[in-house]
Amino acid sequence: MTRQMNTHAAYLDPILNHCQCNVHDLLQILRQAQEHYGYIHPDAIDYLSEVLALPRAKIEGVASFYSLLYLKPHGEYRVLFSDNITDRMLGNIDLMNSLCSQLWVEPGKVSEDGLLWVNTTSCTGMCDQGPALLVNNIAINRLTAERVSAICELIRERVPLPSWPAEFFAIENNIRRKDILLNSDFESGSALAAMLQRGALETLQEVKISKLRGRGGAGFSTGSKWEFCRAAAGEQHYVVCNADEGEPGTFKDRVLLNSYADMMFEGMTLCGHIIDAKKGFLYLRGEYRYLLDHLQAVLQRRRQQGLLGSNILGHAGFDFDIEIHLGAGAYICGEESALIESLEGKRGTPRNRPPYPVTCGYLNQPTVVNNVETFAAASLVALHGGAWYAGIGTEISSGTKILSVSGDCERPGLYEFPFGVTVAEVLADCGARNTQAVQVSGPSGVCVAANEFDRRIGFEDIPTAGAFMVFNQSRDMFEVARNFVQFFAHESCGFCTPCRVGTSLLGNMMNKLAQGHGSPYDFAEIEKLNVLLQSTSHCGLGQSACNPVLDTIAKFRPAYDQRMMHTEFVPAFDLDHALSQARRMTGRDDTGAHLERDHDTR
Amino acid sequence: MTQDNISNPTTFMLDNKIIPFSEGQTIIQAAMAAGEYIPHLCYNPEFKPHGSCKVCTVKANGRQAASCTQLAQADMVVESNTQQINDERRALLQMLFVEGNHFCPSCEKSGNCELQATAYALEMMSPHFDHFSPNRPLDASHPEYLLDFNRCILCSLCVRASRDVDGKNVFALSERGIKTQLIVNAKSGKLGDTDFSDQDKAAHVCPVGVIIKKRVGFTIPIGERAFDVNPISVSPHPVKKGA
Ligand SMILES: Cc1cc2nc3c(=O)[nH]c(=O)nc-3n(C[C@H](O)[C@H](O)[C@H](O)COP(=O)(O)O)c2cc1C
Ligand code: SF4
Ligand code: SF4
Ligand code: FES
Repeated sequence: MTRQMNTHAAYLDPILNHCQCNVHDLLQILRQAQEHYGYIHPDAIDYLSEVLALPRAKIEGVASFYSLLYLKPHGEYRVLFSDNITDRMLGNIDLMNSLCSQLWVEPGKVSEDGLLWVNTTSCTGMCDQGPALLVNNIAINRLTAERVSAICELIRERVPLPSWPAEFFAIENNIRRKDILLNSDFESGSALAAMLQRGALETLQEVKISKLRGRGGAGFSTGSKWEFCRAAAGEQHYVVCNADEGEPGTFKDRVLLNSYADMMFEGMTLCGHIIDAKKGFLYLRGEYRYLLDHLQAVLQRRRQQGLLGSNILGHAGFDFDIEIHLGAGAYICGEESALIESLEGKRGTPRNRPPYPVTCGYLNQPTVVNNVETFAAASLVALHGGAWYAGIGTEISSGTKILSVSGDCERPGLYEFPFGVTVAEVLADCGARNTQAVQVSGPSGVCVAANEFDRRIGFEDIPTAGAFMVFNQSRDMFEVARNFVQFFAHESCGFCTPCRVGTSLLGNMMNKLAQGHGSPYDFAEIEKLNVLLQSTSHCGLGQSACNPVLDTIAKFRPAYDQRMMHTEFVPAFDLDHALSQARRMTGRDDTGAHLERDHDTR
Repeated sequence: MTQDNISNPTTFMLDNKIIPFSEGQTIIQAAMAAGEYIPHLCYNPEFKPHGSCKVCTVKANGRQAASCTQLAQADMVVESNTQQINDERRALLQMLFVEGNHFCPSCEKSGNCELQATAYALEMMSPHFDHFSPNRPLDASHPEYLLDFNRCILCSLCVRASRDVDGKNVFALSERGIKTQLIVNAKSGKLGDTDFSDQDKAAHVCPVGVIIKKRVGFTIPIGERAFDVNPISVSPHPVKKGA
């Protein structure tokens, strides 16, 4: 098919022109193409392949990597229920089943009339106001039976999304405790002015004095990262803000992006000046698509205010601008080198490291990648000085940390505390009672039991990217771990053998335990898998994928023992269970139709 | 005498043997140049290391790393042929076996297959894990070649060869996680609709039995094939006749 003849050119051309046919924008192009058409049509791929001079298999390989992009028709309405453990605890599965039965669809299958498709997806970052779903990638929260019925009606009547009741799309900030960051009456431009007055190098010095450490989890010194990057040779330097926020139970960046975007963009701009970058990217998770217009507007205002663009604040040669890239449903793209691959329009596979992004990042140029909260905190440091910041929190963990509290408590939401706060203090503040456990920092973090609630949040004790999921005594910690394992299996990028195969094996083992076929042998197997995944996986995802299981085995053993019907190994495949289907079909239930008595009737 | 005088900056230790290396060489490159075998699958000396199968894992200065991507460093202490590491390698091989469908006795690649040969070298006796038994249809659309995706270990050597050597991009990886699969660059998804040919490097790099030449089946009898003659630890990359 020639260029002119392709019927998809009409909507693809403006998208392609906007990015000047830059192949590094492939993911952005695909995402926008899908917004026009509901899925990425094979003929659209012909066209993109020709115009961008990319092999179609490469385009398909990229598109199929991201769970929010579709290469086949997926219905006019694509409904994805967030499936974090906190959504589970609020009854998301019942609500999904109710929606499916009202609309006569099966989860995972496009309805016969092509109207809709319903499925689950990884945590959408709305745990403080779940259960949540995405419809055509736009978030709806606080689902109730009534709301689900109303959604069914709207879908049945084919009401276009913009005409759905506005309150469905309302998203609360739920800020419960403010400290220096959430409380600051930050004026846009003030931190940049302070830097220009002090000098770029002097400001870098302040960031180092502040002892600010990354808020995305790993806790690397921000000042050192910026210094390394500044010193690294390259044609261009880049600043990247990591707003992928994919760790289940984490939603503090959502609020910062919504209400503190200036502070974050200003932090990126500071960094740009310090490392001599002209360009920055905000990598926004696809689930936060609803924030895009707002963020674009903030950027536009900042340009008008002379805080982005050329000669920022009248300072000759201070040129910096920011572009927003959206992800499309891949937790692994929060890992910085996978994020950079994704920014370059590729599959989000973590790179071999070293070299690290500070020397070899976006387009192999020196790149700083920091979390949203890190950049916002850097603005405070530029404004108030490093010593002031270092005086808050603890010796090792300076400043404050914003926690995303969800689960069994009266007041879920954002809590900003100086580092060093104990788990018990947070629990008291959020109104949690009869707490059995807290999962700090999400599935890849640690599960803290009641006898450890005097432990402290901080790099010296419990480091965290922010998630704080509370489980009361009524919760089954085995199901918590099983949900997390399913998350890792779903999000493994598939690059390396141990994680690609191991996370699925682990998921199957947990299902086996759930069905009551566990034995001590399976524990030994899980422990072996853990050692293997920890030591041979290519990145942090595989390395931490066994944590939730090992933590809960160590701390909540009865939840597992209760499921161990066997003291000796039993294969996962249960022949008698398989026969039960045949029994149902033939209506037989005599002894000859049984291998042994069913477990559940025993 | 200072430390610098004692140590030789251009060697490292591999299981108590001194291995010389030059700047920029990875551990496996230096080891192989010195005639030392480290088990590996996605590494092929003709291509840039990929680092995905992790079968080449070693312990370098106490930390586990893929030896195909880890740069050799002066005085590094590398453990490779130890019980612990070989156990882990075996588990990785077992994962690769159960992830696909491998029926060696009926596979044309048997005896020339690096997965099979490495499993022998590491004395892998059973698949250990439960089989995933995926459903992966064959592609027989090409006049000269057959694709049996059941045996793909996702090493991406064919992807790299077609892209970097042949300049054709016949293959790519798609999907993710356990669903990751090899795809072919055609709207139909069929090899017959690509410009793939016997002259391509990509036709000759697959370490397992996915990319199979038609009508030459079993010209070299089993028992006389490359790894039947010499174990893979002795001759890791033989010229594979009849492959
Ligand atoms: C699997 C995985 C997922 C990650 N997800 C995120 C994320 O969503 N947001 C984030 O800021 N950092 C995430 N990180 C950490 C980043 O790799 C990186 O360390 C961080 O963005 C650096 O910023 P910081 O120094 O400001 O924390 C993730 C790491 C891994 C291994
Ligand atoms: S550990 Fe998992 S997520 Fe990380 S590279 Fe390997 S397969 Fe991908
Ligand atoms: S077909 Fe062969 S060469 Fe290609 S990825 Fe699969 S195993 Fe590797
Ligand atoms: S040979 Fe090194 S990871 Fe595959």
